Order: sequence, then C-alpha cells, then structure tokens
Amino acid sequence: MTLHATPAPYRGPAIEAEHLVKRFGEMTAVDDVSFAVPQGSVLGLLGPNGAGKTTTVRMMTTLSRPTSGTARVAGHDVISDPDAVRRSMGLTGQAATVDEFLTGRENLRLMGSLYGLSRREMTRISDELLERFSIADAGDKVVKDYSGGMRRRLDLAVSLIAAPRVLFLDEPTTGLDPRSRVELWSTLRELVADGTTLLLTTQYLEEADQLADRIIVVDHGRIIAEGTPLELKDRSGAAALVITVSHAHELVAAQALLASHVREVHVDPGARQLTAPVEGLADVMRVARVFEQSEIVLDDLGLKRPSLDDVFLHLTGRRAESEESADDQAAEPAAVMEEVR
Amino acid sequence: MTSTIGTTAPAPAARPIVTPPGLASQVRTHVWRNVKHIRRMPEMLADVTFQPVMFVVLFAYVFGGSINAGVNYREWLLPGIMAQTMTFSCFVVAVGLTNDLNKGVIDRFRSLPISRASVLMGRSISSLIHSSIGIVVMAGTGLVIGWRIHEGFTRAVLGFALLLLFGFAMIWFGILAGSALKTVEAVQGVMFTAVFPLTFLADTFAPAANMSPAWLRTVAEWNPISSLVRAIRELWGNAAPLAPDSALPLHHPVESTIIWSVALTLVLAPLSIRAFNRRTSD
Ligand SMILES: Nc1ncnc2c1ncn2[C@@H]1O[C@H](COP(=O)(O)OP(=O)(O)OP(=O)(O)O)[C@@H](O)[C@H]1O
Ligand SMILES: [Mg+2]
Repeated sequence: MTLHATPAPYRGPAIEAEHLVKRFGEMTAVDDVSFAVPQGSVLGLLGPNGAGKTTTVRMMTTLSRPTSGTARVAGHDVISDPDAVRRSMGLTGQAATVDEFLTGRENLRLMGSLYGLSRREMTRISDELLERFSIADAGDKVVKDYSGGMRRRLDLAVSLIAAPRVLFLDEPTTGLDPRSRVELWSTLRELVADGTTLLLTTQYLEEADQLADRIIVVDHGRIIAEGTPLELKDRSGAAALVITVSHAHELVAAQALLASHVREVHVDPGARQLTAPVEGLADVMRVARVFEQSEIVLDDLGLKRPSLDDVFLHLTGRRAESEESADDQAAEPAAVMEEVR
Repeated sequence: MTSTIGTTAPAPAARPIVTPPGLASQVRTHVWRNVKHIRRMPEMLADVTFQPVMFVVLFAYVFGGSINAGVNYREWLLPGIMAQTMTFSCFVVAVGLTNDLNKGVIDRFRSLPISRASVLMGRSISSLIHSSIGIVVMAGTGLVIGWRIHEGFTRAVLGFALLLLFGFAMIWFGILAGSALKTVEAVQGVMFTAVFPLTFLADTFAPAANMSPAWLRTVAEWNPISSLVRAIRELWGNAAPLAPDSALPLHHPVESTIIWSVALTLVLAPLSIRAFNRRTSD
C-alpha cells in the first residue's frame, strides 16, 4: 500500500469497536464491546481492576488479536490493515515503557526515527514536548534517574512524537501527583482542541468527568453504562453535603439549622454526621456561611461527589471491587467466570 | 469540559508526515539504542572482557602447565576462548530480549508502523557487535601472552568470519531462549547450566582427544564448537596435529563449521521466530 501524499479527508468515526471479544482460555476478558468515537472527541473507558480496559485498548492498537469482532482506527481495520492503524495512532500503555538507559531526549529520538521523522523535525518536536510536559530540565538525564511521575510524563511525550491523530492512553495519570495530573489534563485538552481524538481508560470518575465527552463504563468485559459525564452522574445520585459536628450534644441544633437551608437531612448520630443532597459548591458555601455565624463547632464540612464506587453501586447494585458475587441471579457466563476466579 | 460533539470536527493541525523508514534504517535505530546501552553500562561488557581475560589467565597460567595440547598451549587456548565468547552471544541476545519483553518495550515497538523483524535484527547485530568487542579484547590479550596468527591475511580474516557465522547461529538460540523463558533469571539459569558446560565439553580448553570415557570424547568432538575451534586454529596456524581417530567433523573443520552454522540456523530460526511471535501475541 502506498502512503497517500494527499489523504482524502476521512470524516467517519476516529475509533470504532465492533463486537470486540477477547477470550483467554475459558475466561472472557472483553465481551461484545461496540462503540464509536467521533473525530476530535474524547471517550473515557471507565471500569474497576480487571474490567477489560487494557485488553480492549490492546486490541484496538493491534497489540492483541480479537477473538472475534474487529475495530477500526481512523477508518483502518486493526485486523486487515494493522500498519495503517499504527501509522495513525499513538499509544501510552498502562505501564511506563520508556527506555531507562536512554535520556529523555534519546527516548524521543528513538521513537521519532522509527516513525521516520527528519532529524530537524525531531529536535523541534522533542524540545516542544519536553517543555510541554515539564521535563525540559531533565531532557538530557538518563531516565533511570527520573521519578515515577517524570517517567510517566516522558512516556506520554514519547507517544506524541509523531503527533498522532488518534491517541490511546491507558490510565495516563496513575502515579502522577495532583499538580501533574491537572497539568496533564490541560495538555490533553489542548491536543483535543487541535483535533486529536482521545480514548483514555481510567478508574477515576473525576478524570473521565474532566476530560471525556462520553463515558463508557465497563465491568467484567461488558459495557454496563454509556453516556455523558452528566448523564452518568445523574444516574448515580447527586452530590451530597457532609457535615461533622464536633460535640454530639450540638447535633440536634445543627440538624435544625441545616434543615432550614436544604431539602432533606440525614443524621448519623454515631459519626456525628449530617448528610444532605445539594446541587453543587454554591450550596456548600451558603451552608458554610450559615454555620460560621452560628455557635455550633464543626470538625468538617464538605461536598461529597458521586465516586466511581457510587456509580458502580448504582449501576450494578454491588461495590466496584467486591469479590463475592452474591446474588447476580441471571449473570452471564463470562461474569460468573470472572467472579469464580 | 464542554462537549464539542455534534459540531464539525476541527481542522486537523499540521502534523509531521509519518513515512516509516526502510528496514535498514529501522535496524540502525535499534542498533543505536542497544549500543547506547553498552555505552551507558560498560559493565554489560564484563562477559566479553573481564570474564574471558580471567579464563585466559586461569588456563594459560594455572591449568595450562598440566594440559598437553601438543603445541604451545597459550596459542592453542586462545581460539578456544574466542569460540566460547562467540557462543555466549546467545546469552546477550536472550537477556536483552527478555528484558525488553518484560518491560513492555517490545509492545511499544509493536505499536509502531515498523517491521517486527527489525527489532530482532537490531538485537542480533548489536549482539554480534558486543561479541566482536570481546574478540578484539581476546586478540589483544592473546598478543600480550604470546599468541600469534602464523598464516596470511586471507586465512586470518576467514577465521574471524567463521567466528561471526557461528555467532549468528547462536543468536537464534538466544532469541529462542529469550522468547520462551519468562525472566532474566531463567535465561541465566539455562545459560549457566546448559551453554556454559557445553563450551567446556569441546576442544576448547583441553584437547577433546584426551577426554574419557570414549563417549564423552565423541560428544565433545561432535560438538559444533569443536569444529569451529579446530577450524580457526588451522586457519591461524595454532592447531596441534589431529589424532587420526578423531571424529569426522574435525577432519574437515571449516566445512563442518559452515554446515553446523547453517544447519543450526535452519533449525533454530523458525523455532525462535515462532516462539517470539507466540510470546508477543495473546
Ligand atoms: N494475557 C492474558 N492472559 C490471561 N488473562 C489475561 C491476560 N490479560 C488480561 N487478562 C485478564 O483479563 C481481564 C481483564 O484484564 P485487563 O488488564 O484488560 O483489565 P483492566 O480493566 O485493564 O484492569 P486494571 O484497571 O487493573 O488495569 C483480567 O481478569 C485479567 O486477568
Ligand atoms: Mg489496565
């Protein structure tokens, strides 16, 4: 196949999965997963450990052959035209795969020259990426001496060396401190603004919330929910205001005070805690001011957003990480397999 | 973040054109990486520098006096150690490959639009470079302790070429071991319990003709390493007269070395490629 000098603009979905199935022996890791990601948008693949996120990404990036079904990246089929897929996408796997014995810059050069970039382009892009990921100072240091977070950032930089139109990131912020995480999020947003299509897996609802246009929740290899972050959160219950009172005897007074500002209040006397459903931060601030002016002493006052756990609880009726299968009456064979394991 | 879904996709930004380089260029890049490793960790070369030099010293000065090779033992010994060094190139490949497999580096390469063979070819060539450094060190050490090549330039070069040819065959064994075994420790285990003894059970450090019982001598004489050593000794004028009752390969060592190397490659190459493919597909 020839390399199109003037590629016909492809306008279809940047990523498509069509009934992807992956079995390892008896175990079904990915079970009939289908979705499409429009160009320039972000899909978050959300799920607990062992849900099949990595396996799905590996199939879509030609690293693992689907047991059945197929996927297309930028319109190219992963099975019949894997090389075209590899030319169109970048991948950062779950574990950092940068070369420890090369410097950051050399790692970029390694991948850049395998992509066939010219030396000049490579230098320019490397400088830009090192800067962008705040590792410019360490660019000439051997990766062995990098911290975990620096490695991770280099790993991401390396996968951007050829500015792929489609980017797969498998748990990109695992191991990053909060600041790097936020920085990475904004970098990713810039990429998306430039027209890059992004598929990222994560275990954190917040991350999907921050970045994704659409979220797919997977568990036991199956898609169990799909929607925009807002839709998912609506389905998993609203945010809650949680107040912890310092002295048990003030609990009743606090409850009365709170009740006059919100719709309903739940009391947990043992934990000296009051919980109330709220819309967002504005409500929290309002309530905080009220308590500031009262005599009641508080240990804590804060907003509790629905966590992945809450989404899971809501969607599956069980905790995300739970081992015991309990009462999944008509569970699919795959799910049973996984639970038994 | 605000959703842009539904609106037209933004105009793609200028992106560098990905024109995957030719195979030779890919291989060169892999070799570049591996040579960088050697430069960053010169201790990687211990197996082709300190270790064989130690053997030279041990055998030339400690055991040499009690080994009767029929000629100047030091001159006779040196081709043996060179052959051993070359045999160990399989070890270099296997360790490098296992490391890359375990660290996900191979997966990263597999996600690029490059030839899968380029990774293995890069490893092989780097490993031959690695072993050749060892050969140069050995030659230097040999010259110091009195080893000389007594024949002409062509025969000298032919000797080195045979070493490389055999090293090439050994590399396939390295790819096989590196792909089939899961950890560097396992690779080291196999190398030290299987390959290491095999380099001694040959006409390398002590004459195979003196080995007993008879079956042991037969095994040693049919060992491909013995053919290689005999071939370069003859080419360089370091050989002792051959015992008339020696096994057939030693009567035609150059031809045997070529046949052994080709045969080993023909058997090991498909096996090792299959093992590598199996390891990298799940
Ligand atoms: N090569 C393999 N051989 C056998 N089983 C595998 C293999 N790879 C993955 N699995 C199994 O498939 C299931 C899905 O694994 P996968 O790595 O895709 O999950 P994940 O969602 O990425 O989890 P995590 O959040 O822990 O990364 C797991 O039960 C895992 O044990
Ligand atoms: Mg994973």
